[in-house]
Amino acid sequence: MSSRRSRVSEEEINRLVSKLQSLLPETRQRGAGRASAAKLLKETCNYIRSLNRDVDDLSDRLSAIMATMDSSSAEAEMVRSLLRS
Amino acid sequence: WRAPPGTRTLTPRFGPSKPMLAFRFLRALTLVHRTAANSSNAARSRRIQRAAFASMAYSAGPRRAWSRALLCRLHFHRARRRCAGRRRAAGVPRRPSTTGSPADGLRRLVPGGTGMDYCGLLEETADYIRCLSEQVKLMQSIVDSVGPGGR
Repeated sequence: MSSRRSRVSEEEINRLVSKLQSLLPETRQRGAGRASAAKLLKETCNYIRSLNRDVDDLSDRLSAIMATMDSSSAEAEMVRSLLRS
Repeated sequence: WRAPPGTRTLTPRFGPSKPMLAFRFLRALTLVHRTAANSSNAARSRRIQRAAFASMAYSAGPRRAWSRALLCRLHFHRARRRCAGRRRAAGVPRRPSTTGSPADGLRRLVPGGTGMDYCGLLEETADYIRCLSEQVKLMQSIVDSVGPGGR
């Protein structure tokens, strides 16, 4: 019956919600208990927005760094930074 | 069960490898540097932002709905760019409105999210967050090692 199927998907949803919660940084996990999936989704939205802001900010900084480099050293520096990380 | 932080080894099913992501992004950065040397900081920054989302999407490949949606958006923008003259960097999610349920909010933030059922949305969000946070870490490490004072 359909009730059995919805019970299975509810477990699946709980599993996915837990997985999502474990991906949030610890400061955002506070208070987002299993009972409040809505709150967890809101925290997830906030986290994605803050990641987008980080990309924006880091792009600005990379652009500023690029402006100070000449072509030969820029590529060498970037390769070096890759090898270091 | 939760994996302890920092112990994530290379498990292909969890997404692109970090070195591949790094190589793609660095290659895109050197291209931006070569071709946008005389652009304004803002224009160059938009190109870098676009390169970030592009390398994320290319590294994830077509296996994920979010990466497919991003790749479509990027190619669509490239085709339209000459006509539209829009200044917003392609692939960058718009600022979402704040109406609707939290799931709707998430659908607007995750590329390709608007068509998804709830379970699919949660799966895609988890993968998208993993990849996006890796991209941020990569950019941060480049800035830290290449930027002023980082050596």
